[in-house]
Formats: sequence, C-alpha cells, structure tokens
Amino acid sequence: MIISVASGKGGTGKTTIAVNLALALAGDQENIIHFLDCDVEEPNAHLFLKPLIKKRESIEIPIPKIDGQKCNYCGRCAQICVYNAIAVTKHKVLVFPGLCHGCGACTLFCPPKAIKEEGREIGILEEGKSGSISFIGGRLNVGEAMAPTIIRKIKKKSIEKHKSRKNEDVKIRNQEIILIDAPPGTSCPVIESVKGSNYTILVTEPTPFGLHDLILAVEVLQKLQIPYGVVLNKCDIGNHQVEEYCKENDIPILLSLPLDKEIAIAYSKGIPIVSLDHSYKQKFVQLFQNIIKQFKIVYNRS
Amino acid sequence: MKEIVIISGKGGTGKTVITASMAALAKNKVMGDCDVDASNLYLLLHPKVKEKHDFYAGLLPGMDLTKCNQCGLCQEVCRFDAIEVFQGQTVIDSVSCEGCGLCALVCPQQAIQMKENQCGEWYISETKYGPLVYARLGIAEENSGKLVSLVRQKAQEIARKKNLELIIIDGPPGIGCPLIASISGANLAVVVTEPTLSGIHDLERVIKVTQHFGVKSVVIINKFDLNLENSSRIEEFCGQNSILIIGKIHFDNIITEALIKGLPVVEYSDNTVAKEITYIWQKIFKKFY
Repeated sequence: MIISVASGKGGTGKTTIAVNLALALAGDQENIIHFLDCDVEEPNAHLFLKPLIKKRESIEIPIPKIDGQKCNYCGRCAQICVYNAIAVTKHKVLVFPGLCHGCGACTLFCPPKAIKEEGREIGILEEGKSGSISFIGGRLNVGEAMAPTIIRKIKKKSIEKHKSRKNEDVKIRNQEIILIDAPPGTSCPVIESVKGSNYTILVTEPTPFGLHDLILAVEVLQKLQIPYGVVLNKCDIGNHQVEEYCKENDIPILLSLPLDKEIAIAYSKGIPIVSLDHSYKQKFVQLFQNIIKQFKIVYNRS
Repeated sequence: MKEIVIISGKGGTGKTVITASMAALAKNKVMGDCDVDASNLYLLLHPKVKEKHDFYAGLLPGMDLTKCNQCGLCQEVCRFDAIEVFQGQTVIDSVSCEGCGLCALVCPQQAIQMKENQCGEWYISETKYGPLVYARLGIAEENSGKLVSLVRQKAQEIARKKNLELIIIDGPPGIGCPLIASISGANLAVVVTEPTLSGIHDLERVIKVTQHFGVKSVVIINKFDLNLENSSRIEEFCGQNSILIIGKIHFDNIITEALIKGLPVVEYSDNTVAKEITYIWQKIFKKFY
C-alpha cells in the first residue's frame, strides 16, 4: 500500500506525521516499511529517521552537446526547443543547461546529427536504512530548478526495488507499506510525489491559512482521484473552520493532535514524538487503522 | 526602487505573517505574493480585485484520435512517461507532460497538436495598505516559475507608474523553480527561519541559493525562544557566513490569534511580538535609506 503525506501549506507537520507513522508501524514485525522523502528541495525526514546511507547516486538529465564539425548552424534545434535552451547564431550554438529539460527533441531532429547528449547532475539520490525502515531520499542541487525529475527518480527506484523483492522469498503475510513525504504546495513537485498513491493524508492546522491551502490540496487529490483524509495538527490553536469544512464535505479527520510545547521542543531537536511518549505510538497505529478503514469504504463504493 | 523578498526554505516559519506586518508598516509600496501555489497574503490584506487575467504558459499536446493509428512512437520518444498506448487507445497524462512537443514532432499521422495551456490566473488588487499583485496557479499545473516572474513584473510596473519606492514580495517555500524566480535580481532576501533542526537545515540550503544568485540576505529567527541552543547555532552559522540577523521574534500564540482575525499582527496588538516585528522593519528600512 502506498500512502503519501501532503499539505497545501508548508510547516503544518507533514514530516512529523510521515516519520512517526513510519516508526509506529515499523514496531510491528509483520510490516515492511519503505520511506520515500520526496521533498527534494528541503528534505527533512532524515533529521528524524537518521538513516544510515548506504548508497548515493548522481541524478543527471541529458543535455545537448554540439559537435562543431558536423553542425551546419541551420537553427533547427533552437526552433524546436520549447524551453529556449538553445540559441544558434551564424557560427555558434549556445546551450543554456539550466533551461534544458532533457526531452531529447533537438538530438532527434538535428538534420546533420550533430547533437550528442551528456549528463548534467541536478541532484542526488540516497538510499539507506533506519532500523528496519528502508529509506530513499533525494536532494536537488542548490541553484537547480527541476525538482520533479528527482522525485520521479526516487519513485522509480522504489518500484524497481519492489519488483526485485517480488522475486525474492518474501513472506506473503508481510504487509508492505510505502510512505511518501511530499513537498508543500499544489504544483508539479506535489503531483509527482502523490501520483499513484492508494491514499493521501493531508496535514493541516486550524487557521485561515491552513483551511485555504487544505481546500487547494483537496482539489489536487480530486483531480488525481486519490482518496484522502485529514490530520489536524495543533488542533487547539485556532478556530473550528477546518473541522466544519471537513464535516460539510464528508472528509474524514483521521487524527487530531493538540499543540504541545514539549512536542514542539522535541521536534526542534529532531526527536520523533513516538519515542518521546509511548501513548503517541498508539495514536499513530490508530491513524493507520483509520486509513485502512477509509480506504476500504472508498474501495467498496467504487 | 527597491525590491525585498521574504523567503524561508522550510514552509510555515512565518513568511506571510511577517510580510503582512511589513505591508502595514511600510509606506509608498506595492506588495506581490509569489507563493503562487498557495497564496495566503490576501487573507490578511483583504484586497479588492481591480483586474483579473488568465495566465497562459507552456504547451500541452492535443490528440486527434481519428488520425491516431496507435503506432506507439510518441510513447517511445517521450522521456516524461506522459503517453501510453493502452488497450488500443493513446492516452496523454497531462500531469506528467512537460510540454516539450516531441510527440507532436514525431507523430507520423500528425495526430498531435500542441496547444497553449491556460494554467492560472493573476490579479491586480487594491488593499488599505496599497496595491497587491497575486496569482493562483491552476490545480496541478506547471510553470509556477513563469507565473512568479509575471507577478514580480506587474508589481514593478505598478511601482514605476505610481512612483512607489518599495516592492515587498511574499516568497514561496523551497529552493526550486518558484523560489529562484522570486529572488533573482531582488535587492534583499529576508529569510525567516525557526530554531528547529529542519529550520536550520533548510536555512542553510536557501542561503546557498541566495549566494548562488548573488542576492544579499538577512535572517529573522522566528519563535527563537522555542530552542535557545538551536537559535545560537543559527547565529553561529550566520556569523560564519557574514549574514546579518536582523531580528528575533518570540514564540507567542498572539500570531495565531491575529491570523484568525485576519489581521497583520502589528495591527492586532502592540505586545512584544508586534514590537519586535516593528523594530525589524525599522532596521530593514534603515539598511535601504
């Protein structure tokens, strides 16, 4: 089962929920937990899970390399590049690597076949283990813009691993759960992260900002047709509008967590709440059970 | 004309709350909200919309199924896994599509046409604090960077036309495309952080981005008393990188109270937090003039 944790607004507690859910579920030996940190611009889950990174690999996109011997400066590459990543003058071809998406159109359509491709690193992928939890995360290099490419790689990696595991002798009874920590917002990096999930947890807080951005996030999930529920974090700090909105729209509130200064301080130090207070572990196990229940309701309906 | 951008790296550290208070404190300015994914500034500034425009950017493939013979070449060349020939039908996944147009170029049947994509709206509005330009990116759309640039460009045009000397921009979280579009060429980036490990980690990354693009930055530590040890780590980091800490703000629920009332905190209260923000604004102002 793939569960992603997202939110329109930043700083509502996505990573807290994802990490603690992972740790609570990993306590049960029947579960096999995979954690994907898809917030590649500002990845934070590793600060709490402290995974032992066993493998790092460079993530590259293919950018055009012009063979000056073969190029006849016809300008076809510049004409078809929708990203304006190539400019051709009389005797020169300029490539702007930062604008290139690596689609390959220029290479394919160059009449004298003067374009080859070379890799350009835009970020890295990290694989490791945190106790029994297997961890895959990515980080976008500073100054780079293309976060979705890295997210796509993380998810591909996870699927590859899943396929190779299927061939191994894994006990059927074991429950495999992939947890995805998504970036904030509603645009392409978020979509890339939550796409293909069986369920999405939307984390929000009871403020006008929290409500406004929750409504946007709900629209995203409706568009992607992913079932979802809400975790209301710091549920006692604001007003009741988020609860009212959820009730009116028949959106389940899966878990409410009050503001606790002790938790805020633990968070600031990178300490997960389930290891702070045992009663929280139960709450996160309950959260998972609520998700299963909701998932079944949606599944039966369709 | 000066342009300052409030950013954070990590989301939810207090960018918009601080931007709204600066909007209330500063004179002769225009505001822009460059968090086009989830713009919140207008919830505190209560604008009257004067102009509303559609935002077009990028291209999306449109498929003429009567021409398509399901040869699968488009699926083969697409590097974004955005086309699939499935059960005798060619399906385009517009969410994965990056609009490169390669599919349209290779299609032997000329069954694919690239079409302009309406992917958001932008607004010019008036608030009691001055003009505000903001936008709303369509749900699940791309091109947020271009929309950010458009918001800034419109804010600059208004500033020039109305002879306003200051542009205050509420920036997006993260360090990717929209963040880069928000800060490039700005006069000052005000980075709002919090004394948590996540806050510090994300601060360090976003500062590197400002340095990479040659934008001067100052730092505000919000909720600094939540973890004093981490706050001094931030001070140490800033010291080593010659970045000025322009102010610190206490952890106080008054910020949420003001938010619920829909007001900039400096308009809601004159307690410590409001004074701290006022003092920070005065210091930023002095840096400029």
